[in-house]
Amino acid sequence: MPYIPHTSRDEQEMLKSIGVSSIDELFQSIPASVRLNEPLKLPAPLSEIEITNYLRALAERNTGLHKMPGFLGGGCYNHYIPAVVDHLSGRSEFYTSYTPYQPEISQGNLQAFFEFQTMMCELTGLEVSNVSLYDGATATAEAVLMALAVTGKNKVVISRTIHPEYRAVISTYLADLSKPITLTEIALKDGITDTALLEKAVDNDTACVVFQTPNFFGILEPVDDISRIAHKTGALLISVVNPISLALLKPPGEYGADIAVGEAQALGNRMSFGGPHLGFMVTKKEFVRKMPGRIVGQAVDTDGKRGFVLTLSTREQHIRRAKATSNICSNEALLATRATIYLAALGKQGLMQVANLCLQKAHYFAGEIAKIKGYKLLFNQPFFNEFAVQCPESPAEVNKTKLLANKIIGGLEVNPFYPELRNLPDGKVGGAMLLTVTEMNTKQEMDKFIDRIKQWFFRYRV
Amino acid sequence: MKLIFEQSQPGRSACALPKPDVPEAPLDKLVPAQYLRQSPPGLPEVDELTLVRHYTELSRRNVGVDNVFYPLGSCTMKYNPKINETLAGLSGLNEIHPYQPEETVQGILQIIYELGECLKEISGLDAVSMAPAAGAHGEFTGIKTIKAFHKANHQEQRIQVLIPDSAHGTNPASVAFCGYEPVEIKSDACGNVDLADLKSKLNDRTAAIMLTIPNTLGLFDEHMLKIAEMVHQSGALVYMDGANLNALMGIVKPADLGVDVLHFNLHKTFATPHGGGGPGAGPIAVTTKLAPFLPVPVITREPLKDGKSGDTSVLKKQHLYSLSRQKGDTSSILKMEHFYTFCCPDQSIGRIKGFYGNINVLVKAYIYIRMLGAEGLKKASQMAVLNANYILSQLKEYYPSTCSTQRLCMHECVLSGVKQMKESGVKTLDIAKRLIDYGFHPPTIYFPLIVHEALMIEPTETESKETLDGFIEAMKQIAKESKDNPQLVKSAPQTTVVKRLDEVKAARELVLRYQP
Amino acid sequence: MSDSLYYSQTHEWARVSRDVATIGITDFAAQQLSDLIHLELPKPKTQLKQNEPLGEVESVKTVSDINSPLSGEVIERNDSVLTDLNKVNADPFGAGWMVKVKVANPAELKNLLTEAAYKKLCETDAH
Repeated sequence: MPYIPHTSRDEQEMLKSIGVSSIDELFQSIPASVRLNEPLKLPAPLSEIEITNYLRALAERNTGLHKMPGFLGGGCYNHYIPAVVDHLSGRSEFYTSYTPYQPEISQGNLQAFFEFQTMMCELTGLEVSNVSLYDGATATAEAVLMALAVTGKNKVVISRTIHPEYRAVISTYLADLSKPITLTEIALKDGITDTALLEKAVDNDTACVVFQTPNFFGILEPVDDISRIAHKTGALLISVVNPISLALLKPPGEYGADIAVGEAQALGNRMSFGGPHLGFMVTKKEFVRKMPGRIVGQAVDTDGKRGFVLTLSTREQHIRRAKATSNICSNEALLATRATIYLAALGKQGLMQVANLCLQKAHYFAGEIAKIKGYKLLFNQPFFNEFAVQCPESPAEVNKTKLLANKIIGGLEVNPFYPELRNLPDGKVGGAMLLTVTEMNTKQEMDKFIDRIKQWFFRYRV
Repeated sequence: MKLIFEQSQPGRSACALPKPDVPEAPLDKLVPAQYLRQSPPGLPEVDELTLVRHYTELSRRNVGVDNVFYPLGSCTMKYNPKINETLAGLSGLNEIHPYQPEETVQGILQIIYELGECLKEISGLDAVSMAPAAGAHGEFTGIKTIKAFHKANHQEQRIQVLIPDSAHGTNPASVAFCGYEPVEIKSDACGNVDLADLKSKLNDRTAAIMLTIPNTLGLFDEHMLKIAEMVHQSGALVYMDGANLNALMGIVKPADLGVDVLHFNLHKTFATPHGGGGPGAGPIAVTTKLAPFLPVPVITREPLKDGKSGDTSVLKKQHLYSLSRQKGDTSSILKMEHFYTFCCPDQSIGRIKGFYGNINVLVKAYIYIRMLGAEGLKKASQMAVLNANYILSQLKEYYPSTCSTQRLCMHECVLSGVKQMKESGVKTLDIAKRLIDYGFHPPTIYFPLIVHEALMIEPTETESKETLDGFIEAMKQIAKESKDNPQLVKSAPQTTVVKRLDEVKAARELVLRYQP
Repeated sequence: MSDSLYYSQTHEWARVSRDVATIGITDFAAQQLSDLIHLELPKPKTQLKQNEPLGEVESVKTVSDINSPLSGEVIERNDSVLTDLNKVNADPFGAGWMVKVKVANPAELKNLLTEAAYKKLCETDAH
């Protein structure tokens, strides 16, 4: 067995040293009545050759974006990952280590995390970052819990333009808290948060206002208005952001956000069918003691040399137990290391270029689609690299029969998440799909997409 | 060592990007100026070689299982097989988007489903959720599932969860985030639940007990069956923290111990690397009566009958066939027999995470289980227990404790530095730091809280006798040094890139980011 | 230690002068916690109850509640100790004081320990 070194002689010697006569004797403390006397019913063990063939065959059965162009986004993005990211994060000193409890032999991870914290502060314009949460959805939920702890208030106001899965996770996280929380959802108007409704909903008991920009529809929210409304009564402003977009867009710190959270999978991490991804959280210094997750601080050693340590651990579950700021222990540290290497590789100019490519291509695509008869943009608002398109027929059918059949992975159906959008202002019933463009999508792919849906439409009409 | 920011020079870049292949519009024509940032984020600007040298050097200032023996108790730092990394890195498993149509992702769904079946067999439980991203996330999910179950049975007065004082900190924290009140149960010196204390705290307000099995002292609670019986009789449920499952695979099924809910730590028991803090994965398994409350979504499957079945998903299946035909023949070894699909348990607690779970971690655990099979998993547990007992037998007289060193242990042993503390003022922290000089990662220290100056050693099954002997020798040397030259131990480590860091100053004068 | 001091089981002290009690943590507690990194204290006008937490004290690896030895309203907080935590370790009974409280119920004093009784407690706790 390749992963177990002991020979039978080793076993015998060790048993002798322990003073027992058999392996079974080591398990005496487990009552015989429950000890298994037959093997587990698992498939027979596979050799490395066999498992390789098997896994390759299963992998082949997935038709991913390496085989077809695609336009899916909605919180998970297909961005280019420079080769250095895999090579460097693939060094096993990084990936086979545990949480850096022993700083003297963990300076590599600790310094990378410190660099990560700095980069996230730069992107968001806020002051302190942790070293990851599970994903964008749970990071948003954790931010809400943090706002409840900071303010001591009990009302949470969230915009309905936030990713539906994020809202679902918030609602699960708030459902069972010992003190009852009122969760209010603000409807959307023209694809953005209805600020008139928001204004009415926010009062002195409101702990936080949560919104996303670019929102689920890719649209940029009126951040200054939302910030003003939230702060009027002392609620915290929680901004859910896409880190790539922040190369170009106004950072949350600049419009007064108290906590910025989001999904940083896009920074050098693969889609991997939805996980592991990289939740992040950045906030103001005054709230750092209520922040969940690991935080790295700069320190000096006994010789006065700079080094890094995990700090403010008293916030965490292993010390504060039931009163901890969060129950999180294992996080997504390796993905944070990858994000650090990614951001260092792209650098200041590179990240702006990536964001600009996304933006330019998405606007070209949106413009071309809007020219097709029967298709139009669902909302006429400024957007980053995602936009919702109103289709003349069911988007599911468009995706399946005309796109997938032609080796294109289409868009995300919007209506299952937003049934209210099925009824259009003009009284028609239709469906919308959310399309996403990154630097990975070529003009050729977009033109092919357009060609396919055009043909479909004409044929349908004729 | 310099930070990457301190090596930055304006105008450098480690990445060349293509020019736009679409007509380019001025930025402020596409996005009104009020949405744009005034100045670019202060990211570093370095060339590729500088970048490569920097992070390579950082990796050299870090140690993992691939470098050294890493007996970090409770963390199961076993070897992470390379084949897992290679196969989990396949494009077909990574370049897939979570919102792709189900018929285009049958391979990955099958892997997740089959891993779930394996975990059910290993635990003896009936249903699984693969969604939790880590052990603590599994605890949160499992306890919420219990809460939903009690609610459905009109037992909402059950608001307390009993947790032994030897438990991991995540247990009380997870319970608190589910709106339950954690109630501490005393343990004896062996970490066994104090039955009298349990009896006095168990009543119709008890929702569950949370137990780590074997307990955090690495011992199997002698009264385990009795405890489960008492808890069930009172109408409460048994939650098992699976952190220590590496002692039990193929030896005993947790369900047979009376466990109703269990979380697995795939990054411990099933050999997926911990990545310097994560990612992990914390799937949970539950009994049938709890299955309706699991989070969304779960994966199920239905048999494929070559397009002949008359149900509604026939179209989907036909499409699946056409896709696989297009591919030419990919896999004669694999017959497609089922269609895998997501569904929602009918009384679900809701969604606990975006998408479906830490899928790529699940893939690695699946490969591990398939390669070891029933026999290999059992052998792993047996050798893990053998290794821990071997260390215990060699070191117990040097680092004695009141109970944990008096009997056989399971997969980890808890020693104590009290002797050194009393003799020469050498703390357990000092012993840990001195081990670094000997080329070992220190064990977990000061946990469990109920053992003074605890040294919690978990060797795992993947370490050879020679490695264990080297570690044992070092521990004996340190015991000697503590007597003869305590200052040497107290000033360790000497061999590292930095010496002991001033954590007090770091916490008082917080510097949490680089400032130019 | 001075004779006018009263002590709690959880290592806080109260020095009572007329109806005002000055409250802090004992040298034993300060030593056990070693180097402090953070202190949370209540604002003036906060109502305290005997034996219930008035604040928290943190060292690198521990966090402990500070329990109020007496009930009453906070009339003054020692802000200088918040910015210079060394005072707690260096002079726990003097410059390291934490809050002053208007004593609500003098009868509660009988629930507190005398110096002799407290010394005995420390000897037991040290083992």
